[in-house]
Amino acid sequence: MASSNLSDKPIGVLGAGNFGTVIANILAQNRPVLLYARNPEIVRQINKQRTNRGHHIEPGVKAVNDLSEVARSCDVIFPMVPSLHFRTLMRQLAEHLRPYHILIHGTKGFDITLPPGETVESVATLNRSQVKTMSEVIREETSVVRVGCLAGPNLARELAQRQPGATVVASPFKEVIQVGKLLLRNNRFQVYENTDLTGVEIAGVLKNIIAIASGALSGLGYGENAKGLLISRGAVEMVYLGRALGGDTKAFLGVAGIGDLVTTCNSPMSRNFSVGYRLAKGETLTEILSSMTEVAEGVNTVRIAKKCADHYRVRALVTDRLYKVLFEGMTVEEALDFLMRFPLSADIDFI
Amino acid sequence: MEVLEEKRNKNKKYKPILDGIPDWPVYQLSRNRKEFIEEVTRQTIERLHAMRPETRALADELEATIYREQNRLKRNRWRVDPKDEPRFWANLKNELVELTNQPEETRAKAEEELLKRIVNRYANEIAGNFKATSYKFTRELVKFWFARLLNGARIKKFGGFFRNQYTLRDKIQIVGKVKSLRNLASKGTVVMVPTHFSNLDSILIGWVIHSLGLPAFIYGAGLNLFNIKIFAYFMNSLGAYKVDRRKKNLIYLETLKTYSTLAIQKGAHSLFFPGGTRSRSGMLEKQLKLGLLSTAIEAQRNLYAQAAPDEPVRKIFIVPVTLNYHFVLEAPELIEEYLHAKGADRYFPEQDKYGSWQLVRFLFKFFTKGSSISVSIGPGLDVMGNYVDEEGHSLDARGHRIHTRDYFVSSGQVVEDKQREDEYTRMLGQKIVSEYHRINRVFASHLVAFVAFEMWQKKHPKLDLFGLLRLPEEELELLYDEFRETCKRVRKEIYRLRKDGKVYRATHLKGDIDVVIRRGLENVGIFHLNRPLIRNRKGNIITQDLTLLYYYHNRLAGYGLEQFI
Repeated sequence: MASSNLSDKPIGVLGAGNFGTVIANILAQNRPVLLYARNPEIVRQINKQRTNRGHHIEPGVKAVNDLSEVARSCDVIFPMVPSLHFRTLMRQLAEHLRPYHILIHGTKGFDITLPPGETVESVATLNRSQVKTMSEVIREETSVVRVGCLAGPNLARELAQRQPGATVVASPFKEVIQVGKLLLRNNRFQVYENTDLTGVEIAGVLKNIIAIASGALSGLGYGENAKGLLISRGAVEMVYLGRALGGDTKAFLGVAGIGDLVTTCNSPMSRNFSVGYRLAKGETLTEILSSMTEVAEGVNTVRIAKKCADHYRVRALVTDRLYKVLFEGMTVEEALDFLMRFPLSADIDFI
Repeated sequence: MEVLEEKRNKNKKYKPILDGIPDWPVYQLSRNRKEFIEEVTRQTIERLHAMRPETRALADELEATIYREQNRLKRNRWRVDPKDEPRFWANLKNELVELTNQPEETRAKAEEELLKRIVNRYANEIAGNFKATSYKFTRELVKFWFARLLNGARIKKFGGFFRNQYTLRDKIQIVGKVKSLRNLASKGTVVMVPTHFSNLDSILIGWVIHSLGLPAFIYGAGLNLFNIKIFAYFMNSLGAYKVDRRKKNLIYLETLKTYSTLAIQKGAHSLFFPGGTRSRSGMLEKQLKLGLLSTAIEAQRNLYAQAAPDEPVRKIFIVPVTLNYHFVLEAPELIEEYLHAKGADRYFPEQDKYGSWQLVRFLFKFFTKGSSISVSIGPGLDVMGNYVDEEGHSLDARGHRIHTRDYFVSSGQVVEDKQREDEYTRMLGQKIVSEYHRINRVFASHLVAFVAFEMWQKKHPKLDLFGLLRLPEEELELLYDEFRETCKRVRKEIYRLRKDGKVYRATHLKGDIDVVIRRGLENVGIFHLNRPLIRNRKGNIITQDLTLLYYYHNRLAGYGLEQFI
C-alpha cells in the first residue's frame, strides 16, 4: 500500500484561513508543510512572525505564494479555500497537477455554474448539473482523480488548542483515505473512514443551514428543548436533501453528519451559528456579512439548497423558512411560528 | 424497397496496416499456444494465492468449484461441452475426498496439484484457435457469398449473380473515427468495446475489422455461440476465445481475466462486449460488466511496471463502437426476457432458438431486401477514459498532454493497488457508456419507433409499462398528421443534440419528413412476422406488435427526448 512508503515530500495546504492554518499545523507534526496563501503580505507575516489569525505557526510550516511550487514539491495537497474561490484556484493549479497527485479538500460549500447574467434567484431551476461538490470541481478542472475530503466536527479554535476531536476522510479510493489518516492522525485527533465521498461532502455542506437556524434560536433566547427539536428535524431534512443530491443516508448519521451538526449547532464560535444569532438579535444580513472577516458558507448554501429542494421536490421546511428570513425579510419569530404550526406526523421514515 | 444509403464513397477500401498474417499478434499468440496457456495457468494460480492467502480458504474454493461444476453438468449441459467433462470432475471429487484424512502438508500439496489441473483445463478451454489458413479461407468464403447474394438480388439482369458491382461495403456503413483507429492499432494495442444487440454482432464486427485493414482481434465470445456450428467455425477462425457464462466460480473467472490481461499485454488487439450479454431491452448499455474491462487497465499497469520510468511503453487504447440496426433478429425473444426479468432480477438461461438454417435465411433476406447496418467507430481513449491525440498521447479535459503512467504512480513508483484499479474500471465504464450515447447513430426507424411508442404512452398516462403493453393492438391508432408533427419536433431536438455533440444521426434522417417517416416505417423491424409499425388504409399509424415496438423505441431512451412528445 502507498501509506507504508509515503515519501518524505512535504504536504501542501492551499489557503491560509483559519481552518487551513490549523490543518497545516496538525500536518506539520508529521511532515514538512508548504502553506499557500494568495496574499504575499500574509506569506511574509507567517514566515517572519510565525503567527496567522491568532494561531502560532508550527516550525515545520513554510508559507509560499507560488502554486506551481506546491504542486511540484508535494504529492498530497489539502485545498482549504472558500467554495467561492475554489474553481478559480483549481483552474490556476490545473496545469501543474498530475494524475499521481492526491487532493483532500476541507471546503464545506457548493460550487454553482450559471449562464452569464443569471443568478441563483433568476435561473429557472437549479439541479445537479449546475451544482457541484468540491471534489467534482477538482475532477472537472484538473487531471487529478484521487480525490477525497475532510469533514466532521472540526472547530478550528478547539483543534488549535489540541482539544480532542475527530474527522472523517472520505474518498472512493482506499489509498486516499489511508494517506489522509496517516498524515492527520495524532493522539488528540481521531480519523474515521468513509467511501461515500459525495455523501460526506453534502452532509458537511448542508449542516451549515441548520447551524444558522440554531444560532437564530439561541438569539431568541430559547433553550435546549428547542435546539433538540431543531437538530433532530434538521438531520432528517439533511438526509432528504442529501439523497436527492446524490448522497447515501449513512454518511449523514456519522461524524460528518450528526457529529458535525451537533457541534456546529452548539457553538457560538461557529461563523454560521453567529449569523443566525445576530439575525435574531435584529441585525440585517448585510450588516452581519460586512463585519465578518471570513466567509459563512451557510448563507450561500441556503440559497442553493432552497432552489434544489424546489427542483427535486423535497420538502425542506427549515431551509425554506431560513431562506425567507435571510432574503425575503421574514422575521425569525414568524419563521419559527410557521414551523411550529406545520402539521407533521412521521418521526423517521428513511431507514 | 428503397435502400437507405449513407454518404457514398465514404466507404472506401482500406489497406492492411500489417502486411502478412505472421506479423499479427494473434498469430504469434496461437503459434505459441502451449507456452501461453502455461503462463496463464502459472499466473492465475499466483493471483488466486494472493486473493485467498490461507490454504483453507483456497481449498474451500476448490471444493465449491467442483461441486458447482458437477451441478452444472447435471442441469445445464451444452453441445460444446467436452465428452470427458463428467469424468474429469468426478475424478477430482474423489481425489479431494480421499485427501481429507491426509496430514495437512500432503493435503495442501495435493490440493495445489488439483487446482493446477482445473486452471489448466479452463485455460485450454478459453484459449482461441486462430489458424491463418482457415482465417483466410473463411474470409474469402464470406466475401464470395456475400457478393453473390448482393449482386444476385440487386442487379436484375441475367448473370447478375456473378457480378461484383455491389460489395458488403454498400450494405454495412462504417463511419466515425476510422483513421484514428487504424493509426492507434499500429501504434499500440486496441481494445474494441462494441455495443451488443444481436448474435450477429460477432460476425459483423469481424468483417468490419478485416475491411478496415486491421489484423484479426481476439474476441471474448459467449461459449453458447459455439453451440451453433456455423458460428463455431467462424469464431474459431477469427481468433475468438471462449467465455462461458455458466461458470461463475472464482477459479474460472480469474483464469479468464489472466488470459485476457496477458493477451493484451502481449499486444493482441482485443474485443469485448462490455455489456456482457446482448441488450435485452434494446437500450444502449447503461451498466457494463467490469471484469474484462479491468484486464485492460491491469495490462497497462503491468506494462508500465515492467518498464523503466522513461522507457516508451506500448499503450492500450479503448475504442467504443456502436452497431446500429433497423432490425434485430432476436428482438422478440430478447424483449420477452427483459420484461420477464424486469422487477425481479432473476437469472434466465441463454436460449438460442436460431440454428444455422435460420441464420442463413436471415442473411439471405438481409441481402436481398435492403435495410442497411451502420457501425460507428468512436474516438480512441486511454485506459483511464481520456481522449488521445494522433500520436496516442493522452489528453486531459483542456487538451493538455498527460501521462497515463502517472495514474498508477504512488510516491513516485508504479504500484499495484487493486481497489484503486477497481475504481478506475468503474470510471472507464461510465466513460464508455457516455461515448456510446455520443456516437450512437439515429436511424429513421429509431425515430418513428420512439415517437409512436411515446405518443401511445402519453395518451395513456395512468398505465405503467406493463399496463400499456397489455392494451389490445387494435385499439391503438395514431393520426398521421399528429404523428408527423411529433416526429418533426423530436427530429429537431435530435439535431440540437447532434450540434452539442451528444449523438449522431444517419444522413437519411435529413430531408422531407414524409420521406423520412416512410423510410422509418419500411425499415423498422423489417423482417419480423408482425411489424412493429405500419400505416393502415386510412394512412394512420398502427402497430402489429407493441412489445416489439417498445424494443425498437428503447434505442433512443436516455436522451431525454420524451419531453418533446
